[in-house]
Amino acid sequence: MTGNISNNDKSLDCYHCGLPVPPGSSYTTIINQEPRSMCCPGCLAVAETIVGSGLDTYYKHRTEAADSPEIRGKELPESLIQELALYDDDKVQHDFVSKTATGSEASLVIEGITCAACVWLLENHIKGIPGVEKAHVNLTNHRARINWDQTKTPISTLLSEIYRIGYQAHPYHPDKEEQLLEQEHKRATRRLGIAGIGMMQTMMLAVALYGGALQGIDNQYVTFIRWASLVIATPVVIYAARPFFIAALRDLKTRHLTMDVPVSLAIGGAYLASVWATITNSGEVYYDSVTMFTFFLLIGRFLEMQARHRTGRAGNSLLNLLPASALRIIEGEEQLIPVNDLKMGDTVIVRPGHTIPSDGLIIAGNSSVDESALTGEYLPIRKKVDDHVVGGTINVENPITIKIIQTGSDTQLSAIVRLLERAQEEKPQVAKIADKVASYFVAAVLITATCVGVGWWMVEPAHAFWITLSVLVVTCPCALSLATPTALTAATGTLRQNGLLITRGHVLESLASATHIVFDKTGTLTEGNLSLQEVLPLAEHNEDECIKIAAAIEKHSEHPIAKAFHEQAGQLNATDIQNQVGQGLEGVIGNQRYRIGKPEFAAQICESGLPALPKTSGQWLLLCNQKSALAWFRLNDLIRPEAQQTIRGLQALGLECEMLTGDNSSAVQEVATHLGINSAISGVSPEQKLLHVKQLQEKGAQVVMVGDGINDIPVLAGAQTSIAMGGATDLAKTNADGVLISHDLLRLIDGILLARKTKKVIKQNLIWSLCYNLMALPLAAFGFIAPYMAALGMSASSLVVVGNAMRLNRLRKYKLKTTSTHSSSKAEN
Amino acid sequence: MDIIFLLIPIAIILASCAVWAFFWSVNSGQYEDLESPAHSILYDDDDDLIPEDARVKPDNESND
Repeated sequence: MTGNISNNDKSLDCYHCGLPVPPGSSYTTIINQEPRSMCCPGCLAVAETIVGSGLDTYYKHRTEAADSPEIRGKELPESLIQELALYDDDKVQHDFVSKTATGSEASLVIEGITCAACVWLLENHIKGIPGVEKAHVNLTNHRARINWDQTKTPISTLLSEIYRIGYQAHPYHPDKEEQLLEQEHKRATRRLGIAGIGMMQTMMLAVALYGGALQGIDNQYVTFIRWASLVIATPVVIYAARPFFIAALRDLKTRHLTMDVPVSLAIGGAYLASVWATITNSGEVYYDSVTMFTFFLLIGRFLEMQARHRTGRAGNSLLNLLPASALRIIEGEEQLIPVNDLKMGDTVIVRPGHTIPSDGLIIAGNSSVDESALTGEYLPIRKKVDDHVVGGTINVENPITIKIIQTGSDTQLSAIVRLLERAQEEKPQVAKIADKVASYFVAAVLITATCVGVGWWMVEPAHAFWITLSVLVVTCPCALSLATPTALTAATGTLRQNGLLITRGHVLESLASATHIVFDKTGTLTEGNLSLQEVLPLAEHNEDECIKIAAAIEKHSEHPIAKAFHEQAGQLNATDIQNQVGQGLEGVIGNQRYRIGKPEFAAQICESGLPALPKTSGQWLLLCNQKSALAWFRLNDLIRPEAQQTIRGLQALGLECEMLTGDNSSAVQEVATHLGINSAISGVSPEQKLLHVKQLQEKGAQVVMVGDGINDIPVLAGAQTSIAMGGATDLAKTNADGVLISHDLLRLIDGILLARKTKKVIKQNLIWSLCYNLMALPLAAFGFIAPYMAALGMSASSLVVVGNAMRLNRLRKYKLKTTSTHSSSKAEN
Repeated sequence: MDIIFLLIPIAIILASCAVWAFFWSVNSGQYEDLESPAHSILYDDDDDLIPEDARVKPDNESND
C-alpha cells in the first residue's frame, strides 16, 4: 500500500495563515462565534492572543492571510526571551531608541505584515500594553514607531508582544543609503506638489490670456497676467524641474545624450524666452506649457521611484542574517553579549537551532550545520572538532563550542556582499530605446532650429527669434519623453497586481529581449524544505500510526528531516530521546523502543534485520522497533507544483532555461529531468555562478536570473535582469530587479509576455510622438503656430501616448493547468 | 476688470499658503504611507453602533 502525503484532497486551510491543515491535527479556537481550525500550535497561539485581546475584527477585515508564525508554541521559547532581554541594555538601545519629552521612542522593522489589517492589529495590540502612548505602523515600509514609558514597560516586553501575535520585530537602524532614500522620496513629493500647484495656477491665468487673444483684451491686463504667471512659474522651473537640469548637465559632461537633454532644453528655453517676453512686453509667453510639461514628467519619475523604493525596506538586511546575541564563555562562565562585541579569539557556545554568530573553528562538540543560505545545499553538513563554521549558518543538532577566527568585514558573509558590489559595478548596461531616440532627436531639433533661425533672419529678421522659439517649443519632446515612462508605469502596476514586483526601470525592456533564463534550484524551483512524500508500512501498523510514531520522536529535533514530520505531530509522547549525529533518533513510546533514521542505524535494534530498500530513488528513512522494521518514509524537497509548466511555457516563448545550483546531490539531475531542463550545473560556488552567467553574457546572451539565497546574491547582481523569490532573504530582494511576491513561478511567463507587449507599446508611442513633432515642425517653421496651439497640441499628443500605455493595464493571466499531476491547493491562491 | 489687480495677488498668496502646508505635511511624514490610512477607518470597533436590523450576517469569505 502506498500513501501519498500531499494536500491534493485537503480543502481545509488554516484559518490564520492559509496553509493546509495537516490531517489528524486538532488545533481549533473560537473566532467570531465559530470554531476555526489552525495548522499548528503557533497559529493557534497567535489566534488566541488576538482573540484574547479583543482584536478579532482583524480576521474580518484582512485581505491577505497572515504569514505562518516563527514560534511554534503558546509561550515564547526561553532563548528568545533571553535574546530580547538584551535590548533592555542602554548601550544596545542607543542605536534605535531616542528620548522624547515624555518617554522614549523606538523605531522597529516588523516582518510578516501582509495587508492593511495587520497594521491595525499591530497598532491596537501595542497600544494595549501598559505604558505605551503612541504606536504607528507604516504599511509601505513596514516600520513601526512606538512612544512609550520605559520605566513602566521594558522594550523587551514590546518586542515579545509583537512576536506573540505572529510578527517579528527587529530594531531599525537606518544605514546611510536608507536615509538617502527617505530624503529622496520626500524631495520628490515636494517637487511634484510644487509643479502641480504651479501648473493649476498658470493654467488659469493662461485661459484668461487665450480668451483675451480671441476676444480682445487691454494691454495693461495682459502685462499684469504675464507677470503673475512669471511669479508662479519661477519656483516650478527652479525647484521642481531641477533634477532634469542636473541630469542633463551630467550627461553633457560625459558626452552622452539622454532624454534629459531635450527636456531641459525645452523647459529652460521656453521659460527664458517667456521671461524675456514678459520683461520686454513683446512676443509670446509659454508659462503654461512649461509648468504642465514639468508636472507630467515628474509624475512619471515619481511612480518609477516609488516602485524602486518598495523593496528597499529592511534597513539592516545583512545584520538580520546574524543573530543579535552570542553566548560567550569567559573563565568557564557563560555570558550573553551583543554580537557586535565579539572579538577574535573569543569562545562561544552555539546551541542547536541557533545561528552561528561569526566565522570560527569548532573546539568542542560535533553537530551538523545548515548551510543552505550560503551554499543552497538543503541537507545539513556534518561538522566535528577543528572544522570551519561560517557566520550566518545554523547549528542543527548538538551544542558546539567555537573559537571566533574572523569578525566584521573579514567574514565570509561580508565577502559575499563585496562580491555583490563588484558584480553590480560590472553589470552590463541595458540600452534604453528612449535614450537612443533622444540623441538623434536632439541633434535633429537643434539643426532644424538653427536652419529656421538663419532662414528667417535672412527673410525677415524681426520675426526670426520668435519663430525659432516656437519651433523649439512645438518640438518640445513631451509626448516623446512620456512615451517610455507611461508604458513602464502601466506595465509595472499590472505586474505588481499579479504578483511580480518590478523594482528597476530597465527590467521590462531587458525581460523583453531575454534569451536565457537561469534558475537556482533550492527554494526557487523547489519549495526549499524537505517534506514527507511517501510512506511504505512494513508490519502490522498502518500508515497513519507509523507517521504518528515517527512524528512523536522527531518532534524533539530541529533537523530539517525532523521538521518534515513536525506538522504531523499528534498527542503521542516519546521519552528518553537520544540523538545520533548524522544517523537518526531513538526514543521510547509506551514501553516500546523505536529508532528512526538511516536504514543501517535504525535496523540495528530490531531482530528482523535490514529490509530491502524500496526501488524508487530518494531519501529513505527507516522506522524500527525492537521486533521488526515498521515503515519506510521517503522525503524529498518538493518541486514547486507550477515549475514544470513554467519551464515549458518559457521554452515555448523561445527562452533557454538553465539550472545553476550549489547543491551537489543526485537530486539535481532528477529535478532537471523532471522539469525538462537540458542544462543543469550543480555544486557551484557563488563565484562560479557569477562566472557562468558572465560567460553566457560574453556570448551575447541576455540573462534573467531567478534565485533566492545569499549564495545567489552576486549572480543576481551580475545578470542583466534578476528576480528574487518572495521568500528570499532581504539582501537578495533588495538587490534583485524584481521580486516574485506571489511565490508563483508562472508569473514569470506573464512578466515576459507583458514585457514584450510593453516594448511594442513603447515603440508605437515613440513613432506617434515623432510623427506629431514632424508634422508640427514645418507649421512652426513657417510661423503658423500660436502659443495656445502649441500647448493644445502638446497636451493632445501626450494624452494619446498615455491612452496607448493604458492598454498595458490588462493582462491575460497565465493559469496553472489543473490537469497537471503536481497541482496542489496552495498553487491556486 | 481692475479687480484682478487685487484678486490675482490674493490667489498667489493663498497658493503659497497651500505650498507651505504641503511642505509641512511632507516633512512630517504624512506622505510616507498612502495605503493604510484608507483602510484603517473601516476597522474601527463600531459593531455595537450598527442597528440590529441593518447588520449583515457574518460571512466566512474574509479568508480568501
